Amino acid sequence: MPDFDNEKQGITGLRLMAKIREFERRMPLLSEEGLIRGSTHPSVGMEAVAVGVSLALETGDAVASNHRGHAHTLAKGADFGRTMAEILGRADGYCGGKGGSMHIGVKEIGVLGTNGIVGAGIGIATGSALAAKVSGDGSVAVAYFGDGASNQGVLAEAFNLAAIWNLPVIFVLENNHYAQSASIEEMVAQPDFTKRGEAYGVKSVAVNGMDMRDVYLAAREAVDKARAGDGPTLIVADTYRYLGHMAGDTEIYRDADEVKQWHDKDPIAFLASNLIEAGALDDARWTAMQAELTSEVQAAEDFARKSPFPDVSTAFTDVYDKEEVSR
Amino acid sequence: MSKTPKSMSTWRALNAALHDILADTPESFVLGEDITTWGTGGGIYGVTRKLADVYGKNRVMDTPISEEVLISAVTAAAARGTRPILEIMYSDFSFLGFDGIINQAAKSRYMFGGQFDVPLVIRTNGGSGIGKAAQHSQSLETLFAHIPGLEVVVPGTPGDAYGLLRHAVTTNNPTIFLEHKNQYYDKGLVDFEPLPFGQARIARVGTDVTIVATQQILARALVAAEILEADGISAEVIDPRTLFPFDMDTVYASVAKTRHLVVGHEAVRDYGWGAEFVAEVVENSWDKLDAAPVRLGAARTPIPYSEELEAAVIPTVDKIVAAVRRTLA
Ligand SMILES: Cc1ncc(C[n+]2csc(CCOP(=O)(O)OP(=O)(O)O)c2C)c(N)n1
Repeated sequence: MPDFDNEKQGITGLRLMAKIREFERRMPLLSEEGLIRGSTHPSVGMEAVAVGVSLALETGDAVASNHRGHAHTLAKGADFGRTMAEILGRADGYCGGKGGSMHIGVKEIGVLGTNGIVGAGIGIATGSALAAKVSGDGSVAVAYFGDGASNQGVLAEAFNLAAIWNLPVIFVLENNHYAQSASIEEMVAQPDFTKRGEAYGVKSVAVNGMDMRDVYLAAREAVDKARAGDGPTLIVADTYRYLGHMAGDTEIYRDADEVKQWHDKDPIAFLASNLIEAGALDDARWTAMQAELTSEVQAAEDFARKSPFPDVSTAFTDVYDKEEVSR
Repeated sequence: MSKTPKSMSTWRALNAALHDILADTPESFVLGEDITTWGTGGGIYGVTRKLADVYGKNRVMDTPISEEVLISAVTAAAARGTRPILEIMYSDFSFLGFDGIINQAAKSRYMFGGQFDVPLVIRTNGGSGIGKAAQHSQSLETLFAHIPGLEVVVPGTPGDAYGLLRHAVTTNNPTIFLEHKNQYYDKGLVDFEPLPFGQARIARVGTDVTIVATQQILARALVAAEILEADGISAEVIDPRTLFPFDMDTVYASVAKTRHLVVGHEAVRDYGWGAEFVAEVVENSWDKLDAAPVRLGAARTPIPYSEELEAAVIPTVDKIVAAVRRTLA
């Protein structure tokens, strides 16, 4: 059993979760201001999953994310300012404003992209793990996807491939109980998702997705197992998103009481109080940390707002390796 | 029970068509992701609003995110005598079900010697303009039009959306019904009559140049025509409405009059359907042309996110005006 160090994983993780929340909390506001185009999907409430998993990863490991991918990207080590700039479509964004919220890739830290196609990350992480096996580079790959994505066919094919080839891949199913407006009660007949993995020979564990420690420990084990050449793991994290699916969601599909109940299990408050209880944190330090990270996120936002829009000519670049600029 | 014509938005026209279809066609049913529980209960653009309240969950159903199985499943459901109308949230997601569309639906009648009808309608949306970026903004009509066995519909007005959808459900061929995501709130007159496929619409009468265009580019062509009119150039604008079957006769007749042709679309220009229209006219009406026709389409790039970049890759009013001047020069 790997251990959880209150300073190394506890405080670091708490700070990262709180910083990501501060970042994500701003998304609806920026959207209302008209600064975000298309759709953006914040993951407020789900921070413990991205952070718990990322604390078990190295820079050289890969993550394939989904449409709700800011936290996955930031937790993996992306710069908050450049991520925000991408979401605002600016030149300093990681993709020069071409990708936006749903298509943020950061090669140097192994972020293989947030993704607009539900379920796509499952196949992509499997491919990264295949490359690791073929090249022997020792990296592991993580796919983040939702309960909704678990109903995509690619899941069956990826689970089987990963299992027969013992690939170093970790499938992280973030069960936040809804796929857009569709509740898991209506969309799956077997809500125990670990059975999906087991059916294909993929070791499967359920974790409390509101408890970063629980997520971290499961991820640590899965990563160690993958690196040792012992194949894939499915981690099913029970979690919840506090905000709508995206800005402008009417949320007619769920009631406020339910949302409130999950607020009582808030992953940030929960970890903070655990650390305080354990004597690893006190109110003064926690207050200071929060003030500090709020100003860091503010700086990231200021950076993004000041970043220029990309030059129009860049619309035609990067299509091919050799620049063949079309009309 | 014909209703009085009324001005309404595209999404409402489509919603009215679905209500009327479910009422008239007992074999029809509607399915798709989030079609009854999202927004105000009508899917992402409202098109399926209140259908479940009126027709029940047996004929209007929310599905899991499972495009691949849904597309092949409705193909078989159609072959077995029902008339499914499947909403794919964005046309980009239809790629997950391309086996169902191309290898199954489009070929079933042919492979099995004409035994099976496949009266399936896939409703979805394409196009750019609202910042949905590369995986939610493609214009795929050319890909579908290329496949033998499919009928491809690209309504450009609320009235056409209503009429063409009513007709789509009656045909025994798999139909790809491509709405434009940036035109759901555009208004226009709806006369509540079904509209047969393969009949182009002359959206504007003119004498000097024929512009063939669909959806967002059609709207821009009509603006371009006004600008050209101010310069004494009279443009005739044709909306093909359906890319297959397609109505070349209307185009031939127009070109015989104007002797000039510009074709514009939002699909990528290279290998696009515009090339097909141009080639048909060149092959069959060469002697009617006074100048080489011009094609306009999106650049050979995915659709970028940032606003100015997005705008730069698809044909603008200015580019349409310039294309007309080029062919008339
Ligand atoms: C292939 C595909 N189908 C549908 C969609 C539209 N869509 C985007 S997010 C989403 C819900 C995804 O639910 P889930 O996988 O549970 O993730 P969550 O949003 O709950 O984090 C849907 C239906 C899409 N982007 N891609």
